[in-house]
Amino acid sequence: MNDPQNHIDSDKTAKPIIEIHEMHKWYGDFHVLSNINLQVQPQEKIVICGPSGSGKSTLIRCINRLEEHQRGQIIVNGTELSNDLKNIEKVRAEVGMVFQHFNLFPHLTIIENLTLGPIWVRKTPKKEAEEMAMMYLEKVQIAEQAKKFPGQLSGGQQQRVAIARSLCMNPQVMLFDEPTSALDPEMIKEVLDVMIGLAEEGMTMLVVTHEMGFAKSVADRVMFMDEGEIVEQNSPDVFFDNPQHERTQLFLSQIL
Amino acid sequence: MTEATTAKREQLKPPTSNVGLIGWLRTNLFSSWYNSILTVVILLFLAWLVPPLFRWAFIDSLWNSSAEACRDIDGACWSVIPNNIRFIILGFFPEGQEWRPLLAMALLLGLVIYSKERSRWKKSLAWLWLINILIMGSLMHGGILGMPVVETSQWSGLPLTFILSFFGMIVAYPMGILLALGRRSQMPAIKTLCVVYIEMIRGVPLISLLFMSSIMFPLFLPEGVTIDKVLRALIAIILFTAAYIAEVVRGGLQAMPRGQYEAADSLGLPYKHTMRLIILPQALKIVIPPSVGILLSVFKDTSLVVIIALYDVLKTTMVTLSNPNWAGYSSESYIFLALLYFIFCFAMSSYSRRLEKELHTGH
Ligand SMILES: Nc1ncnc2c1ncn2[C@@H]1O[C@H](COP(=O)(O)OP(=O)(O)O)[C@@H](O)[C@H]1O
Ligand SMILES: [Mg+2]
Repeated sequence: MNDPQNHIDSDKTAKPIIEIHEMHKWYGDFHVLSNINLQVQPQEKIVICGPSGSGKSTLIRCINRLEEHQRGQIIVNGTELSNDLKNIEKVRAEVGMVFQHFNLFPHLTIIENLTLGPIWVRKTPKKEAEEMAMMYLEKVQIAEQAKKFPGQLSGGQQQRVAIARSLCMNPQVMLFDEPTSALDPEMIKEVLDVMIGLAEEGMTMLVVTHEMGFAKSVADRVMFMDEGEIVEQNSPDVFFDNPQHERTQLFLSQIL
Repeated sequence: MTEATTAKREQLKPPTSNVGLIGWLRTNLFSSWYNSILTVVILLFLAWLVPPLFRWAFIDSLWNSSAEACRDIDGACWSVIPNNIRFIILGFFPEGQEWRPLLAMALLLGLVIYSKERSRWKKSLAWLWLINILIMGSLMHGGILGMPVVETSQWSGLPLTFILSFFGMIVAYPMGILLALGRRSQMPAIKTLCVVYIEMIRGVPLISLLFMSSIMFPLFLPEGVTIDKVLRALIAIILFTAAYIAEVVRGGLQAMPRGQYEAADSLGLPYKHTMRLIILPQALKIVIPPSVGILLSVFKDTSLVVIIALYDVLKTTMVTLSNPNWAGYSSESYIFLALLYFIFCFAMSSYSRRLEKELHTGH
């Protein structure tokens, strides 16, 4: 097995916000993730790529326990994920997630989508939650749609709302699972721009994406996964110009 | 303009003209030879049926006469209704106290109509309902404010139908939701319990549940303890309806995309809030049509309580017809009763359609 240890440790003194040690996951008998080791520093931006079915989604979904791992350790912001529901909810409140298909709540207005978490998880007073929601809607440039329902918005707008919904929880980490791959081409940029803005503000981000332009300009580290393993990870310059592994080279030659 | 472009233009028009009366007739009644035959047959049938029926109901009929006067006519004797309306609607409720059930029903219908607007669905409305139910209960039962006590055995007619169906619905619905959630629970004990309950209840007819609650159930009670007969019937109706509601709601829950659960989970929302705020509002909206179907059957099935000797509005009508004076006028009475049921059922189903439309958020 290749040694998938970090080649770069951006800041050895800082305490990692996500630590994954020798983590394994199975779906039934299928060994979907194998010996995952990963440390994410605060403010670090990691892009994860790899062929379809390589376990990228599963990996980031393990971080907020949408999927359960069977071996090893996942520690998020000092809390180890186990069956303890309180811990799980605590971690989930600190970790925002943006899905490929947005997953907005269609029966709630945009502003209600945004205030739901703050009101019911953070116990923020409604008025305060609404002010904050409007602030984030301004930020993703969609404030004028606050009273509409998700079904009345375009895909790109919905994804920006989804990002704002996560931000309203003031998360420590944001996970993105192919946030632009369900979008029409002309809408990809508006979503990537929001993500770039977020990165510039210092958000810790794990992004599964095939937008290599985004990876080059934003990522501190690009990670390549194949068949449930982290095959290679490096700074974007090295990763794209000088990939070490054959499988990475093959993958890059196919998508670039 | 060339031939080709004209032809192209032609294709852009709707294929058949449905303008004007002729157009409408052609598209709707005579679009093909078998539709034409069907139309003609139906028209002939109506021509044969409608005139005599109309004559019976409206021309040769009497509306407010004595029973004797009705003997001499061929048409409908609608007089059976006004002459017996007191007993049909209120049954055995004591003379002189009629205002009490009438006021109780007015309060119930008034509050139902008031509650139709979604903008009024607030906590205060729940309190309003609670107070209203207490007032209605006091009106029916009496014993305070100088109103003489009326035992539930004397509750009959339309108020009884309303009580059984209204409380049947509002208790069974939340219970059905809990059963549906229980059936999807991760905890095996709860899940099994719910499955067994639902399948058992669905395996027996309502009549047998009513029999059990009125005859068998008291056998298990300690001596001296009795549970009110109306209450027992109500419990049977609730237990029965809840099982059906549960299955309908479960269907709605299953139709919910996994992404909705995941989005709620990823916000750190606890299970009860996820269900209450995200999943149930959407799932229940999906199942409005079948739920209303069930509620309509509850309303109509309350008439089955005749078999345990409760006098709902169907039974009071039948009692009227057992009076030798009015014995021959069952068609008139049952048409009236059908109309009564229809009005309430139609109101419920049109309201449900309106609600569905209002809750549609364009996705
Ligand atoms: N719930 C599940 N049950 C069983 N197998 C699954 C499940 N989810 C994903 N898989 C399988 O696990 C593998 C990895 O899936 P995924 O993490 O979604 O890959 P990626 O996001 O890299 O395309 C795939 O082979 C997929 O078929
Ligand atoms: Mg994926």
